[in-house]
Amino acid sequence: MEVINFSLEKKLSAPGGVMPLEVKCTLKAGELITLYGESGAGKTSILRMLAGLMKPDAGRIEVSREVWYDREKNIFFRPQDRGIGYVFQDYALFPNMTVRENLEYALVRGQNKSIVEELIEISALGDLQHRKPETLSGGQKQRVALTRALVRKPKLLLLDEPLSAIDHQMRLRLQDYILKVHEQYHLTTILVSHDVSEIFKMSDEILFIKNGKIFQRGTPLELFSKKHLRGKFQFIGEVIEISKEDVVYLISILVGNQLIKVVVDKEIAKDLRPYDKVLVASKAFNPMIQKIG
Amino acid sequence: MDWSPIILTFKLATITTIILLVLSIPMSFWLASTKSRWKPVLETLVSMPLVLPPTVIGFYLLVAFSPSYAFGSFLEKILGFRLVFSFEGIVLGSIIYSMPFMIHPIQSGIRNLPQSLSEASFVLGKSRWTTLFRVLLPNIKPSLVTGIVLAFAHTIGEFGVILMIGGNIPHETRVASIAIYDQVEALNYANANKYSLFLFVVSFLILLAVFLVNGGYLRKWK
Repeated sequence: MEVINFSLEKKLSAPGGVMPLEVKCTLKAGELITLYGESGAGKTSILRMLAGLMKPDAGRIEVSREVWYDREKNIFFRPQDRGIGYVFQDYALFPNMTVRENLEYALVRGQNKSIVEELIEISALGDLQHRKPETLSGGQKQRVALTRALVRKPKLLLLDEPLSAIDHQMRLRLQDYILKVHEQYHLTTILVSHDVSEIFKMSDEILFIKNGKIFQRGTPLELFSKKHLRGKFQFIGEVIEISKEDVVYLISILVGNQLIKVVVDKEIAKDLRPYDKVLVASKAFNPMIQKIG
Repeated sequence: MDWSPIILTFKLATITTIILLVLSIPMSFWLASTKSRWKPVLETLVSMPLVLPPTVIGFYLLVAFSPSYAFGSFLEKILGFRLVFSFEGIVLGSIIYSMPFMIHPIQSGIRNLPQSLSEASFVLGKSRWTTLFRVLLPNIKPSLVTGIVLAFAHTIGEFGVILMIGGNIPHETRVASIAIYDQVEALNYANANKYSLFLFVVSFLILLAVFLVNGGYLRKWK
């Protein structure tokens, strides 16, 4: 089985002084892995080291039996030689080129141009292909950046908070797009995300990074539902409002883009604040399902 | 009026600007991206002409290239090249003297681009050269224009370095600024005024063009 194997050590300069980053991990090829954790925990640095944009102090990176970096044997593949797709937080589209030119720039010399046509088709960029990046919305830019990263048919796709600056509706569509290309091109995808519902929707596995270490790893369910509720169904949402109604509390929770209201008792309500991520599960009742379309 | 000093001035400025552009692009790129500890030293050397009197640079070039000393005589004997009191010599002097005016705008242009642009290009498999010519330079056109125009204009305005290393040889080193000095010494104020007025007008127009282009005024008229 193909795996991605890495151990990385690097002294990162953090606001409070030097933070040693030390991670060691084996990932299954073909999975979608999320790096989760507070900002400054070292998630982006891990991506940058995998891409070759940052040189580790020590360690080793092996991807599908190809060694990209080995401190002891003095091996270091430049980013150019690693065959990766990388999507930057600021998209990094080339302002002097149109959408199509941005994609064509990525072609390997001699590579068949048909991949560009295929990707324009898949990503529905046909109408935008002759526009310059400055005329695009954030979501459109992100779609171009993602598509451009696929032109060279990478084995490994690295996404640095790809959806953090994008509105909810567009975010859902881009999540679907990432999942689609992840499947279709048999990618191993590593993405940085803070958004728990996004992580639930997309990830096979989560690496929870804390202070430069892998603090926990597991499936989204293992990591985010600590009590292992034996629920018939459950989902993740965000607390919007907490209001007191007589002796109980009414919590408004945003799940996906639906607002639901849940009655809870005082004990639970006192731990909750707006913007908290919560797991909503139903235990006693069977959910009703009604066909709507 | 003898036009040869004016023609010589423009020839000098054109050749100097072209050579400077070719030299400055890779050098600015290196300065903008390097973490070498020699960077501050090199940056200082490049900027020295901004603060040194031109006569100092001219003096050292004169000494260095004089056939009476080792390096100058080496150039002359082996390569048949004489750099003092020759056009080639004032080109070299101008290149050194106008270098900061070309390098500074290009370097700051490159530095002000987001780092992710070059990184994105590297990750897409492109070399540093491809990145420089297809991604970085096309996105700093105003800085390139500024560098070219300032280097050109500054070379037109050069006096001290040329006088020191080139002297005042008609058709060889007597550029307009030297010719003005020459005419004043000969009490030919009318001629001095013609050359001066010409330089004044040309410099004004060149600088005006820079401000119009970089200030975006031309775009408004379209």
